[in-house]
Amino acid sequence: MSTPAKNSQSPTPGQTIGPFFGYALPYEGDADLVPPGSPGSIRLHGWVYDGAGNPIPDALIEIWQTDAEGNVPQAEGSLHRDGWTFTGWGRAATDLNGHYTFSTVLPGASEKGKAPSAAPSFGVTVFARGLLDKLHTRIYLPEHAANAGDPLLVSLSEDERATLVATADATGLRFDIHLQGDRETTFLTYR
Amino acid sequence: MTAPTKKPPVETQADLSAEIAKIEADSEGRNVRQPLLDYPPYRSSILRHPTKDPRHADPETIELWSPCFGHSDVDPLEADLTIAGSNEPIGERITVSGRVLDGEGRPVRNQLVEIWQSNSAGRYIHKHEQHPAPLDPNFTGVGRCLTDDEGRYRFQTIKPGPYPWGNHINAWRPAHIHFSLFGRAFTQRLITQMYFPSDPLFALDPIYQSITSQQARDALVATYDHDLSTPGYSMGYSWDIVLTGPSRTWTEPEEGDL
Ligand SMILES: [Fe+3]
Repeated sequence: MSTPAKNSQSPTPGQTIGPFFGYALPYEGDADLVPPGSPGSIRLHGWVYDGAGNPIPDALIEIWQTDAEGNVPQAEGSLHRDGWTFTGWGRAATDLNGHYTFSTVLPGASEKGKAPSAAPSFGVTVFARGLLDKLHTRIYLPEHAANAGDPLLVSLSEDERATLVATADATGLRFDIHLQGDRETTFLTYR
Repeated sequence: MTAPTKKPPVETQADLSAEIAKIEADSEGRNVRQPLLDYPPYRSSILRHPTKDPRHADPETIELWSPCFGHSDVDPLEADLTIAGSNEPIGERITVSGRVLDGEGRPVRNQLVEIWQSNSAGRYIHKHEQHPAPLDPNFTGVGRCLTDDEGRYRFQTIKPGPYPWGNHINAWRPAHIHFSLFGRAFTQRLITQMYFPSDPLFALDPIYQSITSQQARDALVATYDHDLSTPGYSMGYSWDIVLTGPSRTWTEPEEGDL
């Protein structure tokens, strides 16, 4: 765990990703942490909404996760995927319907044996035109036994908790992101 | 493919500037170093900012690490944005370089830096971009590099132009380069914009002004660096980036480590 810095430098402020990242940041295979349809793969997908309930067609979602065994990946190759190396990181721009899709595997718990143990989750960053800085959140797995003891999940109200847990569907998981509104996603800042 | 229909803006720059000044006055004395997510002068933020404060979380192990990028990901030639076409792009050649540091001033080594920008006429290669300025067949405005052992990045490019946008009547963005950065931990992920010194559009721009601390705003402005200029060829700008957020315990690199 990090220790607080004595001579800490001021952080560089964030700024919006703007509308024109679409030709710069997405790349072929960006959202395929594993080849779609490969053994053990799941689709992780959802829609991103604004406060009026309209889908956001110019958002960028990134995930960062452990592998299926709970190991932290430290292999390069996210930008030129070879189809065999699991790098744990992926990027998906939303389409014109505000929909994003990843092909990946379920993350394993990274802190096994710790009590109360953290439940496995995907780390998520959200960027969008109109959003002046990044947002962090997590995607937890539905019906996972460890959710009941997860320090973050237990600290939340039932409604807030519901915004962080994906729902299972035929091909994997669905997780919608609401930047605002009744079902506003619970966003995170780190201690 | 249909672009979203947009109502024409009715607010003038004077309306916007009054809103900007009011928020600035209201935040006097509060040293908020990050942009206000709820910043109505940037009209697109109105329906796209969370209304609740973020929840404090202890980072998970995975969040204390960052994805790893390497030489299989990035070709060193991607740091030169002036070689994409068969001819030189139009515009003022510049070198942009600086260091990526963590909150304790330590270099962020071997990490991915991505940039994108308009051409010298203020035009992006983007299908929804309507600005009637010319495209440059020799300039895509996209670059990538990895930081070196000192955390240093370096791009060869041309100076981007200011461009109009639809926020209000006569809205123009100050010239900027978009930067995407990874730190030593996922908590430090950053996307931001680098500006050029003394831009007359700073006072008028709601995206830049969404950061209400002048000191923090200054941190987004590059410095003209004569030592970075290449005689007879290009002008130099230096800009350092500080990424903060919790990360795992720092270990000094050992002999033989990359
Ligand atoms: Fe821009």
